[in-house]
Amino acid sequence: MLIEVKNLCMDYDRKPAVEDVSFSVDEGDYVCIVGENGTGKSTLMKGLLGLIEPVSGEINFNGITRKQIGYLPQQTPVQRDFPAAVHEVVMSGRLSSCGLKPFYSRKDRQIAAENMQLLGISDIAKLSYRDLSGGQQQRVLMARALCAGERLLVLDEPMASLDPVVTAQLYSIIKRLNTERGMTILMVSHDIHGAVNQANRVIHMNRRMEFCGSVADYMKTDLCKCMMGEEHKDEHC
Amino acid sequence: MNTAELLKMLFSTSFTVYALIGGIAVALCAALLGVSLVLKRYSMIGDGLSHVGFGVMAVAMTVGVAPLALSIPTVIIAAIFLLRISERGIGGDAAIALISSSALAIGVIVISLGGGMNVDISDYMFGSSILTLTKGDVIISIVLAAVVIMLYIIMHNRIFAITFDEKFATATGNRSGLYNMIIAVLTAVTIVIGMRMIGALLISSLIIFPPLTAMRVCRSYRSVEICSVIVAAVCVVAGMLVSFILSIPTGAAIVLTNLCVFIIFWAVSFIARRIVRR
Repeated sequence: MLIEVKNLCMDYDRKPAVEDVSFSVDEGDYVCIVGENGTGKSTLMKGLLGLIEPVSGEINFNGITRKQIGYLPQQTPVQRDFPAAVHEVVMSGRLSSCGLKPFYSRKDRQIAAENMQLLGISDIAKLSYRDLSGGQQQRVLMARALCAGERLLVLDEPMASLDPVVTAQLYSIIKRLNTERGMTILMVSHDIHGAVNQANRVIHMNRRMEFCGSVADYMKTDLCKCMMGEEHKDEHC
Repeated sequence: MNTAELLKMLFSTSFTVYALIGGIAVALCAALLGVSLVLKRYSMIGDGLSHVGFGVMAVAMTVGVAPLALSIPTVIIAAIFLLRISERGIGGDAAIALISSSALAIGVIVISLGGGMNVDISDYMFGSSILTLTKGDVIISIVLAAVVIMLYIIMHNRIFAITFDEKFATATGNRSGLYNMIIAVLTAVTIVIGMRMIGALLISSLIIFPPLTAMRVCRSYRSVEICSVIVAAVCVVAGMLVSFILSIPTGAAIVLTNLCVFIIFWAVSFIARRIVRR
């Protein structure tokens, strides 16, 4: 068991956002956290990342520390016009592994180069982040996330504002990381179709945890039918 | 007197050399810290701090306490406070504006109660004192610059990480709060020292102009830093020359030189983009 969450309660803006949530994530799992807006998905994820302190309950990591989490946050408006070269952004993922060292080592540079290669952005390493397309920017942030953690990848709505082609590419990259590298994936997502196609486990949030289990089981529930919408009811649920 | 003679005279007197060294030292610190502050949308913190600095300076001079001894700790506390306000997001800019104008008002009232404007106080507001710097002032500014530049280089990767994406930096186990705090403290000290030379009402431009100018043409973070530092140093030297030649206040001349360089860089980037599009 890689992550164990027990009776977790969290507030967002002083209002309860996550109530009594318990689940566990095993090494190699591909988990999607789904639910409508304002149902505590993001708050739950911020709790796992240590960005918001829980009100009560426990979050335990087994065998990894927070410093070994690869995290792909949502882009901020500040970043869109940020003068930074791609390699500078990717390198910054290595910071958490630096400890007290002030500068990056040769090994850090090598890991950054390997991850840029893996995501096919080696040839744009010297370009400015602000000149890239949305899909390229997302790959850069993904390379940075991989520099930070090799075993667990936490993604916050990675497909938001990406076009369908780029979304498909990103899903295939994530799938490869999960199957080929054995990375554990934890994704907060709006894209229910992507979630049921890609993940092997689903957590459905509605302040409380309404469902946690395999995709096959999830697709039999009313929750899934509701999320998929009427038009896909016959196909999937 | 022709320009060559003027320059010769400018560099032959110790007070102008002191002013030059002190001015460059402070400008370098301001320009480096400014890159992160501007990119994080914290420019207003610099502006707010300079007003707080002025208020404290006025109180110190009226009461008869050593200005630096009182203003450095007070402005550091103000910096940490303003940082907290800014991190809250909405309403932060308004709160900073309130604090800075209130501090200025307190300064003005204290000054009038204490006997009205004198030359020293006007110097602190508009910085005409750059040519009256003493050897002691210059030593303080060089020590400051050495400390800021050294800390900046050591913390460079961390400062980049929290500037680009604080959430990521925090989530992956970095102490973003601590680094933010260090930047705020260094900014506070830079502003207090620089206030005497450039003036409380003008110092924030040394933080904001060079990075903004550099960002017109530079595409990577490192090149923005280097360009910002060079622009800052060149503008101090050019501004001082202009002020000397035209007999205008030095601080204001340095700020307007920065404005001119900004406009030139903006025009260059505008034209370059037009050409690329074609």
